Amino acid sequence: MNIVVLVKQVPDSGSERKLDPADNTVARAAADNVINEMDEYAIEEALTIKEAQGGEVTVLTVGPDSATDAIRKALSMGADKAVHVVDDAIHGSCAVQTSAVIAAALGQMEYDLVMCGAEATDAQLSVMPALLAERLGLPQLSGARKVTIEGGTAKVERQTDGGFWALEAPLPAIISTWDTINEPRYPSFKGIMAAKKKPVETRSLADLGLDAGSVGLASATSKVLDFAGRPPKGEGVKVTDEGDGAQKFVDYLAGQKIV
Amino acid sequence: MLDYRLSDETESLRTTVREFAQEVIAPQIGEFYERDEFPTEIVRQMGELGLFGLPFPEEYGGGGGTYFDLCVALEELARVDSSMAITVEAGVSLGAMPIFRFGTEEQKREWLPRLCAGEALGAFGLTEAGGGSDAGSTRTTARLEDGHWVINGSKAFITNSGTDLTELVTVTAVTGDKPQGGKEISAIIVPSGTPGFSVGKRYSKVGWNASDTRELSFDDCRVPEENLVGQRGRGFAQFLSILDEGRIAISALSVGLAQGCVDESIKYAAEREAFGQPIGRNQAIQFMIADMEVRASTARLAYYRAAEKMLRGEPFRREASIAKLYSSEVAMDNARYATQVHGGYGFMNEFPVGRFYRDAKILEIGEGTSEVQRMLIARDLGVG
Ligand SMILES: Cc1cc2nc3c(=O)[nH]c(=O)nc-3n(C[C@H](O)[C@H](O)[C@H](O)COP(=O)(O)OP(=O)(O)OC[C@H]3O[C@@H](n4cnc5c(N)ncnc54)[C@H](O)[C@@H]3O)c2cc1C
Ligand SMILES: Cc1cc2nc3c(=O)[nH]c(=O)nc-3n(C[C@H](O)[C@H](O)[C@H](O)COP(=O)(O)OP(=O)(O)OC[C@H]3O[C@@H](n4cnc5c(N)ncnc54)[C@H](O)[C@@H]3O)c2cc1C
Repeated sequence: MNIVVLVKQVPDSGSERKLDPADNTVARAAADNVINEMDEYAIEEALTIKEAQGGEVTVLTVGPDSATDAIRKALSMGADKAVHVVDDAIHGSCAVQTSAVIAAALGQMEYDLVMCGAEATDAQLSVMPALLAERLGLPQLSGARKVTIEGGTAKVERQTDGGFWALEAPLPAIISTWDTINEPRYPSFKGIMAAKKKPVETRSLADLGLDAGSVGLASATSKVLDFAGRPPKGEGVKVTDEGDGAQKFVDYLAGQKIV
Repeated sequence: MLDYRLSDETESLRTTVREFAQEVIAPQIGEFYERDEFPTEIVRQMGELGLFGLPFPEEYGGGGGTYFDLCVALEELARVDSSMAITVEAGVSLGAMPIFRFGTEEQKREWLPRLCAGEALGAFGLTEAGGGSDAGSTRTTARLEDGHWVINGSKAFITNSGTDLTELVTVTAVTGDKPQGGKEISAIIVPSGTPGFSVGKRYSKVGWNASDTRELSFDDCRVPEENLVGQRGRGFAQFLSILDEGRIAISALSVGLAQGCVDESIKYAAEREAFGQPIGRNQAIQFMIADMEVRASTARLAYYRAAEKMLRGEPFRREASIAKLYSSEVAMDNARYATQVHGGYGFMNEFPVGRFYRDAKILEIGEGTSEVQRMLIARDLGVG
C-alpha cells in the first residue's frame, strides 16, 4: 500500500496571523510556520495503515524552501520520503492553480492512496481533495473520521454534523481526514535522527512540465481585494440574576443556537 | 568560533519535547503532584519519545544523540514540570550512564536496551542517611562470599528506586580497605526484587512530588559477583565523574524551571488586573520579569558552555559546577519572583508557579549542594 500524504506548511494557527499588504497574500516570511495541524492526522492515519499493511508513505509538499521544516516533521513521524515542489513562480497561486501543480506531481508518482487533512488552517477552503479528484479522475472520500482499507477498497466514515455517512470507493482514491480520526504521534528522537537521512526530492515547475505563466498571483482564479482585522471583542452580555438567572442564561444560549 | 545555535535535529527535539510537555504533561501533572503519585503512563510515553535513550548509541537501543540533546530535552520538560524532568535525568545520568560508561559488554547488553526505551528505570544509590556531600563516608558494605556480593546497609533519598518500572539500583558500598589506607568503595548492580533488598515507602517531600524518592535497605542481600560495575575499588572515582556531567543536566533542568517562571509570569501579568489595568503595566512587574529573563538566559549560556567543553572532550568540571551553582540559584530566585507576580494565586498549588516554587529549592541541594560546588570551583582555582 503506497500512500502519498499532502502536507502544507502554514502560519501557526495559535499565534497572530497576517496578510501581506503588498499583495494581499498570506504573510509567511514573518510568521511562525508549522505543519498544517490537520495534515498531522492524515500522516498518522497513513502511517497506521502502512504499519499494518506494509508499503511506503511519501510526503508531497508544494511550498517555499522553508517548507522543508514541515517535511522534516512528517519524516520524523515516520514517513519514508518526500517530494517538495518549489518554484518562485508558484507564489500567490490560488487553490485551483495549486491543485494543477499537485496533480502534475502526483502524475509522476506511484500510489494506491492519496491522503490529506480536511482543511488547511490558513485559507480553510477544504477544496483540495475535490479539485484533485476531478483532475486525476479519482474517487474522493472527504472528511473521514475513520478509514479502513480492505483489499482494493477504501471505506470511510465521513463525519457530518449529526453523525456520519458510510462511504466506500475502489483504490486508488483520495481521502481527507478530520482531527477526530486519531491522535497523531510525537516524533521520537530516533525518528528525528532518521529523518535527516531520508530522501527529499525537489521539483520545479519545469520538472513537472508546467508553464510558469499558468500559476502565480497574476493568473490566479481568485484574488484577495481587501482585508480587515477581526473586530475587537464586544462587551459581552451581563445577566443579572433576579431569581430567573438560569432561565435568562439558557434563553441566551438557545438564542445563539449554542444549545 | 562561537556558535550556540542548535542543529536542526536538536531543534526538532526541543520543539517535540516542548509540545509533549505542554500537551501531555501540563494538563495532568498537577493532580499527580497533589496525590504524591508517580505518573507511570507519562513516563512510558517519554520512553516512546526516546528521551531515556538520548545520549546512548543505537547499538544499545539509544537514540544516537549527545549529552547536550539530553540537556535540551530536560530544559523543555522542566519548563513545564520538574518531577518528570528529574525522572528522566536520574534515569539517564544516574541509572543508565554508569552501566554505559563502566559496565561490561554483557551488562550493557543486558540492561541498556530496556533502560533506553524507558521500559525499565534505573537508579543510583550513593547517599546515605549519614552523609551525602561527604560521599566517601559510605557505610554500606559488600563482602565477597562464594562468588556473590553480600550487601548490608542502607541508602537515603534514592530517585526512581521504587516505581513500577524500576528494575535496578546501582549502589556504592565499601568492599574492603585500600592498600594505601582508606575505604575501598565499589559500585554494584542490585536488581529490584533481590531477596534482602527492600525499598521503603516514598518520602513526603516539599517538592518533586510526582517523582519517586525512597530509602533503601540491604540485609544480607546477595547478588552475583559479576554485578560489579567497573573496577573494584573504583566505584567512588567513577561516581564522581558521573556527577560532573550530571551537574550539566541539573543545570539544564534549573534553566527550564527558571524559564517556566518567565513564561507563566508574562501570561499572568497580561491577564491579571489591579487598579484598573493589567499588572504588567506597572514597571515594578516589568522589571521583575525582565530580571527573571536575564537570569534564565545567562544561566542557559552557562550550561551550554559546560556542555560544549564536555562534547569537545575538554575538562569541564569547573564549568559544570559554575553552571549548576548559578542556574540552581537562578531557578530559586525566579521561582520567588514568579510567585510574587502571581500574588495570592502564586501560593496556590493549582498554579504552575506554586509547583515551581516548591521544586526549586532541591536544585541547590541535589547532585552536589551549592557549598560543594563552591568548594569544587575554589579548589579548581587553586584557592585554599
Ligand atoms: C529529592 C531528592 C532526590 C535525591 N536523589 C538522589 C539519588 O538518586 N541518589 C543519591 O545518591 N542521592 C540522592 N539525593 C541525595 C542528595 O544528593 C543529597 O541530599 C545531597 O548530596 C546533600 O547531602 P545531604 O543531604 O547528606 O546533606 P549534607 O551533606 O549533610 O549537607 C548539609 C549542609 O552542610 C553543607 N556542607 C556539607 N559539607 C560541607 C563542607 N565541607 N563545607 C561547607 N558546607 C558543607 C551542605 O552544603 C549542606 O548545606 C537526593 C536528595 C533529594 C532531596
Ligand atoms: C494563604 C492566604 C491567606 C489569605 N488570607 C486572607 C484573609 O484572611 N483575608 C483577606 O482579605 N485576604 C486574604 N488573602 C489575600 C491576600 O491578602 C492577597 O493575596 C494579597 O493582598 C495580594 O492580592 P492578590 O492575590 O489579589 O494579588 P494582586 O493584587 O493581583 O497582585 C499581583 C501582583 O501584582 C503586584 N501589583 C498589583 N498592583 C500593583 C501596582 N499598582 N504596582 C506594582 N505592583 C502591583 C502585586 O504586588 C503582586 O506582585 C490571603 C491570601 C493567601 C494566599
